[in-house]
Amino acid sequence: MDSDAIIEVNRLSKAYGLLPVLRGVDFSIDRGEWVLLFGANGSGKSTLLRLLSGLSKPSAGRIRIGGWELPREAMAVRAQCGLVAHRPLLYENLTAAENLDFFGKLYGLAADERAQRGRDLLRQAGLAKSAERIVRTFSRGMKQRLSIARATLHQPEILLLDEPYSGLDQAACQNLDEMLAVAQEAGRTILLSTHQLSRAPAAAGRALVLSGGRIAYDGASDPGNLAELYVEAAGATSL
Amino acid sequence: MPKHVELDASPQPTLLRALTLLTGLGFLATLYLGLFVAGTDIQQGEIQRIFYIHMPSFFGAFTAFGATVVGGMLYLARKQAAWDRIALAGAEVGLAFALINLLTGAVWARPIWNTWWTWDPRLTSAAVMCLIYAAYLMLRAGIDDSNQKRNFMSVYGIFAFVSVLTTLFIIRIVPETIHPVIVGASPQNAQGSFEATSGVFMALAPSMLLWLTLMPATLIWHRYRLETRREALERLKFQALGD
Amino acid sequence: MMTPFLACVLAIIAKDLRAEFRSRELLSVMALFALLSVLVFSFALELDREARAEAVSGVLWVTLIFASLLGLNRSLAQESDQGNLDALLLAPVSRSAIFAGKFAGNALFTGAVGLALLPLMTVLYNINMVAPGVIVTTVVGTVGLCSIGTLLATMTAQTRAREALLPIALLPVALPFLLTAVRATKGALNGAPEWQVWLQLLAGITVIYVVLCLLLYGYVVEE
Repeated sequence: MDSDAIIEVNRLSKAYGLLPVLRGVDFSIDRGEWVLLFGANGSGKSTLLRLLSGLSKPSAGRIRIGGWELPREAMAVRAQCGLVAHRPLLYENLTAAENLDFFGKLYGLAADERAQRGRDLLRQAGLAKSAERIVRTFSRGMKQRLSIARATLHQPEILLLDEPYSGLDQAACQNLDEMLAVAQEAGRTILLSTHQLSRAPAAAGRALVLSGGRIAYDGASDPGNLAELYVEAAGATSL
Repeated sequence: MPKHVELDASPQPTLLRALTLLTGLGFLATLYLGLFVAGTDIQQGEIQRIFYIHMPSFFGAFTAFGATVVGGMLYLARKQAAWDRIALAGAEVGLAFALINLLTGAVWARPIWNTWWTWDPRLTSAAVMCLIYAAYLMLRAGIDDSNQKRNFMSVYGIFAFVSVLTTLFIIRIVPETIHPVIVGASPQNAQGSFEATSGVFMALAPSMLLWLTLMPATLIWHRYRLETRREALERLKFQALGD
Repeated sequence: MMTPFLACVLAIIAKDLRAEFRSRELLSVMALFALLSVLVFSFALELDREARAEAVSGVLWVTLIFASLLGLNRSLAQESDQGNLDALLLAPVSRSAIFAGKFAGNALFTGAVGLALLPLMTVLYNINMVAPGVIVTTVVGTVGLCSIGTLLATMTAQTRAREALLPIALLPVALPFLLTAVRATKGALNGAPEWQVWLQLLAGITVIYVVLCLLLYGYVVEE
């Protein structure tokens, strides 16, 4: 057993009703790694991230995160994971600061800690001036950045991001990459899913390609080689 | 390449065949006891004989609804689809029994109370019982994801039963009923009581036993097998579409 | 490692209250519906004095149960529309704490509408409804109604036809509350001594339902 592995997935399968989404997925990710998860739409990326965050229970196979077994020890895993999902998972009628304060309470942070981290994260996300604005009035990019702030509020070991680039313009993407770089420097493990190879941040060292519910490629995220592999595995006609 | 899917074509287990036969014979026997052996009631006449089905079907419904609760709890604990099929079968069989109870009651009430239906608390509670399980089946039909459906319906089955029990309990402590109580003292203003003689009990006891045990067990088993096959068929259709 | 139960419940209540005071989405819809319902009943029944005393507790509870349906649908749709239920489930909090938080919020809103109805109905129906017995019954009945209502709304919010399914699922299983609450209210209005028995029964059923909801909520949100 690799003692450095923070995420270990063995023969993981998940079906929704009769529809199999993951059919035996194996991989492990070391502490502090930044891994990209590629796959066409419907290849099971979101399902995999939901399983890893403990939102969904596997049909078969096992997941260990930070030494904890899912779904049995989901409570311990939840405290270590931060998920940035498709949707921002924010309350539209609350301000940015109120959103962070609420989630801080759910993660059991003390009042002064919540205030301190909330301020820091909003500044990092470039939202310091918008802290008292209602989230409903935010642009897609602002929501995405606030969403990352929400996911890192409890300083999780692992950051899971599901298609974070979708709907963001060039500047917003760059800003996102900067935020992720900060997270990686802080020693977090990052697993980021996307269906666009061109968006792949250069800082990530490793890539997984998910196709038809299985891992089709697991290795260096060298773009030249990967493009061919991805086309082959995902059956994608364009990138 | 087309995949071959096993459709369960196994014959009925011997025990189920035996149960079916026994239930059928038992039903004929209790009909015979009720229609020919038990004496005719002096005041009500032949219509009183409907009681040998009316009351047992009410209690039989509880055996079936009990299966829904137990099936639901075991499904939640073990996550095996079989328990959910039992729960579904229990709800359908129980609803059928409750409807038999309601219909036979109406047929009896027409000559005795001179009306098919009155909003008597006991009648209301019987109607509520039917409505709760009709809602169960409708809710079930409205949920797409099969795992979610099983979870939700296991939980709903538990609340449905609690609701039936509490409603019955509430109704029982309301004194203003005209419904006769055959076992135990009838309320003062009950209309259509009759004497529970030994002849009545001789016809009632076997019928009661049949409706409490064999009848629901056999029907639930058959419905369970049907559901198993229906699910297998779904899988087959799904695979055929996928290929 | 797990966030304490009470802290989580209070956080969810505070969040719902804050969002509600800002948007007034829930209370305005529920209150307007309740007002309309009470008015429609008073026209439709054209009650004489005697019949009014009999019918008024029924009007109160039918209005409350339908108003609560509106509120429950909205309250849980707020969580499921933006996928926010996932955000709650991602946090290291027990599922029963999430239930208790949402339930307390719903009970607060529905209870507020119920208590506001009492003086209104006193004026419209010329019967003094602002009596201790009626107030207590309204509070206990709303609490019971919202317990099972919150659980079922969480279920139906995750289905396609949620607006249509919630009444069908809730009304039959909420009947024990309706039966006892109407009788307790009626008894309290008439000064009949047995109203306290009905209130006790209502409280007993409420306790049973709340405990069952706390135990079973986890199954309604798991995937």
